[in-house]
Amino acid sequence: MIGEGIQSTNQRKHSYVQDRVEVGFFTDPSVCIGCKACEVACKEWNQVPDDGFTWSGNSYDNTGHLGASTWRHVMFLEQDRAKGDQIAGPMSLDEDPFRWVFLSDVCKHCEEAGCLEACPTGSIVRTEVGSVLVQNDVCNGCGYCVVSCPFGVIDRRPEPLHDAGGAFKCTFCYDRQKSGLVPACAKVCPTESIVFGRLDDLRARGAERVRQLQQSGYNDAQLYDPTETSVRGIHAFFLILGEPEAYGLPPKPQIPTIYLKSAWTSAFTTAVASIIATLVAFAFFS
Amino acid sequence: MTINSPSEKRLEELREQAWKDGVVPGKGVDVAGGPIPRKPGYYGQPVVKPPVWTWEIPLYFFFGGMAGMSPVIASGAIIFHHLDLARTAMWIAAVAGAVLSPILLIMDLGRPHLFLNMLRVFKHQSAMSMGAWILSAFGACVVPGLIALELHGHQIFPGTLDQLLRAAAGVFIFGSAIFGTLLATYTGVLIGATAIPAWFLHRTLLPIHFGTAGLGSAAALLELLGHRIPTLNFLGFYVAGVETALLIWLSIDKHGAADRAIHEHGTGWLIRIGEILNGPLALVLRFFSLVPFAAISFLIGSLVSRVGWIAVGKVSGSDPESVFAAESY
Repeated sequence: MIGEGIQSTNQRKHSYVQDRVEVGFFTDPSVCIGCKACEVACKEWNQVPDDGFTWSGNSYDNTGHLGASTWRHVMFLEQDRAKGDQIAGPMSLDEDPFRWVFLSDVCKHCEEAGCLEACPTGSIVRTEVGSVLVQNDVCNGCGYCVVSCPFGVIDRRPEPLHDAGGAFKCTFCYDRQKSGLVPACAKVCPTESIVFGRLDDLRARGAERVRQLQQSGYNDAQLYDPTETSVRGIHAFFLILGEPEAYGLPPKPQIPTIYLKSAWTSAFTTAVASIIATLVAFAFFS
Repeated sequence: MTINSPSEKRLEELREQAWKDGVVPGKGVDVAGGPIPRKPGYYGQPVVKPPVWTWEIPLYFFFGGMAGMSPVIASGAIIFHHLDLARTAMWIAAVAGAVLSPILLIMDLGRPHLFLNMLRVFKHQSAMSMGAWILSAFGACVVPGLIALELHGHQIFPGTLDQLLRAAAGVFIFGSAIFGTLLATYTGVLIGATAIPAWFLHRTLLPIHFGTAGLGSAAALLELLGHRIPTLNFLGFYVAGVETALLIWLSIDKHGAADRAIHEHGTGWLIRIGEILNGPLALVLRFFSLVPFAAISFLIGSLVSRVGWIAVGKVSGSDPESVFAAESY
């Protein structure tokens, strides 16, 4: 299988699962129009329940954040000049410092996934295409993946839905991919703000897009793909305008397993100290 | 539109209300020229997910810790010929560790009927998986250990068979002690190796606290059940001393915004009150020979501080600034 370069791969049948090709999402806010079609398509295809019917007051975002029933989430950022020195459109800075950014957030499908390592049932697995999948019939809802995700993506679905107790998140439309179909969100995205394809192609495409934007004056355009941290990169990466914090993205996410060594050392030391203290107590204070 | 126009004022009100309540019930106004609201991160939304665990988990930490350390005392009692003490300790281990702990754990699962799925895989990199295996191994040692000990204690069988039972009881009780120390301490690793800032920043302190509180509450309960011996009193001094040191460590080892859930939020007081009951207060009470009061103080303290650590995790996980600040540690 040859790479598709920067050609569109969103509407075409593929055999990535059979060929075991690493795939990804590249999400580009500079062409997102905030239509939320990805959110709707995701809910329809995966039959995800509603995530509440409240008005948040946060721009046009009434979804809030990713969760058990929110696998795509379109963010609406209202930024003034403090958040960047360029604006969309022809106006000068003095006229209108306001910038509106839309970004469709999704499970990052980490190279080193905190949820996958934490899962005590083996319910969370790595698929042939490199995505991270929760096997719904195996998950017993222990909730440990929830606190192990450095991006706050996966969550336990609250009762009283039928059989709701398990952990849920984006499946990367693994069922569609097995049949050669593109994930529902990328399929419907009208501007190709969400691009689905081979990971190496997407990385090249992302780098090219950042270069283009910077040439056009968007000096704060950058890729969000934490390859330098213990997460070692993400399969669903983003182009962002401004700082990652403004998108609720941790600048340096870490997989919690890096904390295990010091914690277990402390646990073993405590175990030994407790045994010694008890033996001393019996030997000298009987 | 000027800054002081009525619609601007209305917009400000709506925004204030939105931050406060999370929803805006009223009719909005045009945003043109309006102030852009400032909240940390993305509209103050959590960056990591706070734990979904409810009251069962701190209670499990409490009983699991007590159960885990009881066979350590029982082993000492066997070696130094305190058969009665060993039997009471093993009963505590069995009731708290092989009955209450699994029930609490299973109750907390989102799908309790699938609890056996915990034993599908063995993953050393998952503290939850290790915990499931440690608890299972602990139960598999405690129950036969207790049965053998009771059969031996009541001299049910004669001669050689009784000698065999005695040996079996010893082996199972030592086994329980080994898995028990892990049962009491792994819970600290469990919450220490997560993405919650207030927890992972204290991943060294947590296993020491949970393990020591487990040993102390086992000794305290044994004292309350009538075993008023110098051995347990010494253990009481030891654990209260360690907890006092941990209280001082926790008060000094601050990480600014990263663990402000502990030092600035109300739930942090649960940890501190728990640690005061565990540490200084228990120490002083024991110093004045008020042993039962020291024991009760320690038991309440170790329960309250466990509740506190879970509560603090919820606050810390919901605070985006804590997550950003924790990245510099």
